[in-house]
Amino acid sequence: MKKVFAIEEFCLACHLCEYNCAFSHSGMKDMVKAYKSGFQPARIQVEESGEINFALNCRHCSDPVCMKACITGSISRGEDGVIRVDTNKCVGCWTCVMTCPYGAVVRGRGDRKVALKCDLCTESGNTPACVEGCPNRALVFEERGDD
Amino acid sequence: MGINYIQPGFIVLRDQNRCIRCRVCERQCSNEVHRYDEDDNIMLADESGCVDCQRCVSLCPTHALAITENPNHLRQNANWSNQLIYENYRQAESGGMLLSAMGNPLPFPVYWDKILLNASQVTNPSIDPLREPMETRVSLGSKPKRLEIENGILKTKLPVNLQLNVPIMFSAMSYGSISKNAHESLARAATELGTYYNTGEGGLHEDFYKYGSNTIVQVASGRFGVHSGYLMAGSAIEIKMGQGAKPGIGGHLPSGKVKEDVSRTRMIPMGSDAISPAPHHDIYSIEDLRQLVYSLKEATRYTKPVFVKIAAVHNVAAIASGIARSGADVIVIDGFRGGTGAAPTRIRDNVGIPIELALAAVDQRLRDEGIRNDVSVVVAGSIRCASDAVKAIALGADACYIGTAALLALGCHLCRDCHSGKCNWGIATQRPELVKRLNPEIGYKRLVNLVSAWDHEIKEMMGGMGINAIDSLRGNRLMLRGVGINEKELQILGIKHAGE
Amino acid sequence: MLLMEGETRIPSGCAIVGLISRKGRMIPGDTAVKAIAVMHDRSNGLGGGFAGYGIYPQYKDLYAFHIFYYNQKAKEQTEEFLNSHFDIECLNNIEIRRLPNIIDEPVIMRYFVAPAQLKLKSSQLDEREFVARCVIRINSEIDGAYVFSSGKNMGVFKAVGYPEDVGEFYRLEEYQGYSWTAHGRYPTNTPGWWGGAHPFGLLDYTIVHNGEISSYDANRRFLEMYGYRCKLLTDTEVITYIFDYLNRRSGLPLEEISNIVCARFWDEIDRMPEEERRKHEAYRSVYSSLLINGPFSIILGFSGGIMALNDRLKLRSMVAAEKDDMVYVASEECAIREICPSPDRVWSPRGGEPVIARLEEGGRN
Repeated sequence: MKKVFAIEEFCLACHLCEYNCAFSHSGMKDMVKAYKSGFQPARIQVEESGEINFALNCRHCSDPVCMKACITGSISRGEDGVIRVDTNKCVGCWTCVMTCPYGAVVRGRGDRKVALKCDLCTESGNTPACVEGCPNRALVFEERGDD
Repeated sequence: MGINYIQPGFIVLRDQNRCIRCRVCERQCSNEVHRYDEDDNIMLADESGCVDCQRCVSLCPTHALAITENPNHLRQNANWSNQLIYENYRQAESGGMLLSAMGNPLPFPVYWDKILLNASQVTNPSIDPLREPMETRVSLGSKPKRLEIENGILKTKLPVNLQLNVPIMFSAMSYGSISKNAHESLARAATELGTYYNTGEGGLHEDFYKYGSNTIVQVASGRFGVHSGYLMAGSAIEIKMGQGAKPGIGGHLPSGKVKEDVSRTRMIPMGSDAISPAPHHDIYSIEDLRQLVYSLKEATRYTKPVFVKIAAVHNVAAIASGIARSGADVIVIDGFRGGTGAAPTRIRDNVGIPIELALAAVDQRLRDEGIRNDVSVVVAGSIRCASDAVKAIALGADACYIGTAALLALGCHLCRDCHSGKCNWGIATQRPELVKRLNPEIGYKRLVNLVSAWDHEIKEMMGGMGINAIDSLRGNRLMLRGVGINEKELQILGIKHAGE
Repeated sequence: MLLMEGETRIPSGCAIVGLISRKGRMIPGDTAVKAIAVMHDRSNGLGGGFAGYGIYPQYKDLYAFHIFYYNQKAKEQTEEFLNSHFDIECLNNIEIRRLPNIIDEPVIMRYFVAPAQLKLKSSQLDEREFVARCVIRINSEIDGAYVFSSGKNMGVFKAVGYPEDVGEFYRLEEYQGYSWTAHGRYPTNTPGWWGGAHPFGLLDYTIVHNGEISSYDANRRFLEMYGYRCKLLTDTEVITYIFDYLNRRSGLPLEEISNIVCARFWDEIDRMPEEERRKHEAYRSVYSSLLINGPFSIILGFSGGIMALNDRLKLRSMVAAEKDDMVYVASEECAIREICPSPDRVWSPRGGEPVIARLEEGGRN
């Protein structure tokens, strides 16, 4: 399946992917308005250390630990291979957050205290917002075979 | 620190209503203009480092930014511009020469903008490049006086020529003055376009030898990075005698840019200043040039055409004639508006002549001497668009070099701060965190797009003139008319005034 | 002020005809007149002309100069020049027939000359180059004199008027030649000057031309490097010089010259076998400034043959036909049918594909 991959060589650590992610999942049409109404945390994070930086999001593992660990069965794999959280079922126990080896599941804020993770922007049907908005093509959305 | 004589040239206008504190401006500014204030959750700016490179503006996701001229003005004075006054302040402070980058920004006449092209009406048809063949291929190099054909078979052995699919090449910009990623973009674009890029005087990075069949290697006064493998690696060799942005001046790559890779490629110690002397110290006269031309030809077994590049100076026509007789295959003339990574400001802004006049004079001189067909003529020094290229070819050039236009495709915003080494666009810098901002995968495609777009436009203009091969455009000055220029200028350009 | 021919560049459309007997049979000049007359509408009365080859057998070893004089002084100067550079064997006024439609004719003289041996030797030029330079010199330096024909055993006849009137004016029915070319002119902006009519000739090369070439200044500026002075600013003049430069001065055969003036397209060259490709690449590299661009159909007349050629996109009409030993070329088929009602073969040559017809061995006069 197609996934988001980071090209570390070209990541500028500009963090725009995080903002594009948060905006895209806000369901709002204007970024400024979305920001003002309180962004949820981005489901992609730029990791920085010295000269090395890259953006990381859910790997949609073939054997996802988060799914196994979920106490309410709210994490599942769709037919398209995408691992999603059913926020109606999620109780915010954060077991998934603790078990994910990549730290790719984040905690929702405010009145939505549920686990949030990358869904490859499948709801919008577009290229994932992080990839679309990357100014240096340091994120790509492509098929690379099974990991 | 005493009195603040020098005020920032620009100010940052930030729409706080739009700002989402994503801090991309802060992260992207190598001049440290933007800063986040945690106490007030607000972005602030200190414009003293701002060069108006527009990086922050271009990356701001909510279009909350604009950079504008500082409205603060010294008292108006038609003789003493603000710029001049500040320059004097700066020199009073530093005691040094002023440095600038990119081409001459002063309002000298741009003759391209005073020349108009012809088109067919009624008496002959214009040609539609979408329906009919339209050829922009050019071969560069010396030509024999005549061809001998025996029973339909060519007997004459021709000197090696370069074939260009488009009459546009990328001019010399050294690895050092620009980044490795910029070089890679140029090399890959030249390869895809079927044209050439020029290494400049900085050697050829070992990763780029594979693009040799689309590379022109340069030999300049510092001889940086020159060895037999280098000479053989390219398709042609260019001897750089001068540069339009700084005629009569050498080059200086500051030690800060001589990092490990640059040092290895240039064959000089890391962290040393790379200084190219003003003249070649083995060329004090035209006969010395001839020796270098032939040394290079001998060294490469006569398999590479030799270009000689000169700055357009007052007696350029006579110099070009001398070069044409020195064994050179291609003469490159670089006009006074050509770009540079760094030049003394007074030199850049006051030395040399416009490329249009230089080209017209050189082409006519070589024709008057009957030797125009012995060599090719390439022009550089601010060819800004396809119509400039068409006009240059109609005035007599075989092809054009573009430098600044190519950098624009790579993201350059002409802030003219290359000499600082802090290019926010990853072009004129060697700092790894900045270099990586230019992704060659994106860069080369933008270059290919730019030149392909120009090629389409060139073809469209040629078609309008009823010409289907660029061969028939070269030197075809009847296709040009001047507007608003005087008799003398028309005479030098060898064109008529509009209406004639 | 209305600029005269030679003072400004004048584009023009036209009609052309060429015919040759490959066996060298003599054809009266009015045959060509009949053919060109059919295409009356392609001319506008501002120029017509003819070139006949093999018409002066009695003087075949001498250069026949046809000269227009517009004033007495020009004539005196020219004759002084001719006397010092040539031996004049014979001179006369070209006989004409007065017609109401042909007016303002200059004095039209004919001289049969041989280069003065001493002058020729001291010039260190070969004979044809010497003659060519003398012609160019008269035309560019003597105001009011114009040598419009300068080959051996051939002659150009031209005037301002419709071609059929021009033929009658020059009494062409009285001349016999093995080949003829003819031209009717449709200039778009000219008061009409006799020298500007076609054919344009230098030595025995003559050109009749229909079209407007867009490569004019590229061609001119290249040729002027080699001593040519393009004085008339017409396409025909420049085309004639191109053929003179490539054929006479560079020694290239006509078959190859068409590959230069109508260079093959690059995508065709790229597909050629190695040796062929190298040759065409060389043409396009060395002689790229002699590519003739824009619409044209031309007929080159030379001693012993004619060559017809279209621009490489075939932007002008041109038809060829054959009947026994005759070869015809014309802008329109009707012109050929007028003088040869049932040809064996009629075809439309492709752009850039030359039609070359020569006298057969032993067929030459």
